[in-house]
Amino acid sequence: MIGRGLERALGILAVIGLVTGLYTGFLYAPPDAVQGEVQRIMYLHVPLILVSYFAFFVVFVTSILYLARRCERHDAIAHSSAEIGVLFTALAIAAGSIWGRPTWGTWWTWDARLTTTTILLLIFIGYLMLRALVDDPSRGATFGAVLGIIGFLDVPIIHMSVVWWRTLHQPASVLRPGPSTVAPDMQVALYTNLAAFVLLYGYFLVKRVRLEKARWELIRLRMEGAA
Amino acid sequence: MTRKSKLLMGAIIVAAALSYLIYGGIREAAVYYITPAELHEKGASAADRSFRLGGMVVPGSVHWDPGTLQLTFRLTDGKEQVAVMHTGSPPDLFKEGTGAIVEGKYMSGNLFIASTILAKHSEEYRPPQAGQAQAKDLYRTLMKPPEERR
Repeated sequence: MIGRGLERALGILAVIGLVTGLYTGFLYAPPDAVQGEVQRIMYLHVPLILVSYFAFFVVFVTSILYLARRCERHDAIAHSSAEIGVLFTALAIAAGSIWGRPTWGTWWTWDARLTTTTILLLIFIGYLMLRALVDDPSRGATFGAVLGIIGFLDVPIIHMSVVWWRTLHQPASVLRPGPSTVAPDMQVALYTNLAAFVLLYGYFLVKRVRLEKARWELIRLRMEGAA
Repeated sequence: MTRKSKLLMGAIIVAAALSYLIYGGIREAAVYYITPAELHEKGASAADRSFRLGGMVVPGSVHWDPGTLQLTFRLTDGKEQVAVMHTGSPPDLFKEGTGAIVEGKYMSGNLFIASTILAKHSEEYRPPQAGQAQAKDLYRTLMKPPEERR
């Protein structure tokens, strides 16, 4: 019951956040001096990838907890968070590609940032396929936990890729040492959208975990009915 | 084909793509571009070979003829310079004094024939200052192929 209330609250707050995000992103924030209006894609691209990092961090933590305690609930959170992470990473890559065409002059290039991000997406698509392939739930959960922990290690590599290697992608604007490189009015748009996507992630996660529990309940009832 | 064998095939394709990217992709991405000084160090062995070259566009070096789409400029890393030739329109963010990466072939005589020009941009985002010209509507690039842009 508490879960349903939380889910509804997160959903409503996410919608409010996304609408506010559209307002701050399109109307409140000024256009960029160099890139003009097209820079506004940042307010979608950056929150999507940051929430993806967070989603895979949740997979990392709950996978370790699952291996340590063998509690199904942790596995359900890891599996659900990985699904949302794949969705958000794919959208972040698509938004980045659309941003790259008018600014860099290309939809795609194999620099270290783009390559390591593609690797992250493929690892977690593989994770979801593995979960679908293994029939035994506890074996699937164990394999998934191992892959989820290894897969997350790509996230710090992606973040540092623009420092360690020469890339076309520019260095980080957020999660960087030193003062922000984003003008204050633009930060307002960036952080309202980030908050909105964090809330949306929370809403998806709570809903998806509840669905997973309902699925277990259904399996249990079927087994009881068969017995 | 059952759902399971389809999934297995998909998983194999993902695993293959992943190993290819981790092996080949990282190695290539680690040396995404070389600098003019590094190109010169290679000496005669660099001639007629394909590279990705990165540097700053030397101020005052850009010449572009909109009629023939002939673009020439020089790239520098602060130490050495390389002359670049390209046919076509450069990205809108391509400017003198900013970073650019070019893909193409190094010819003898310190000339680089570029097939692709990529513009680097900084991680700084600022509104236009008073009196400063507004940035071009770059999003139009998304709607029109480069050939139709002026």
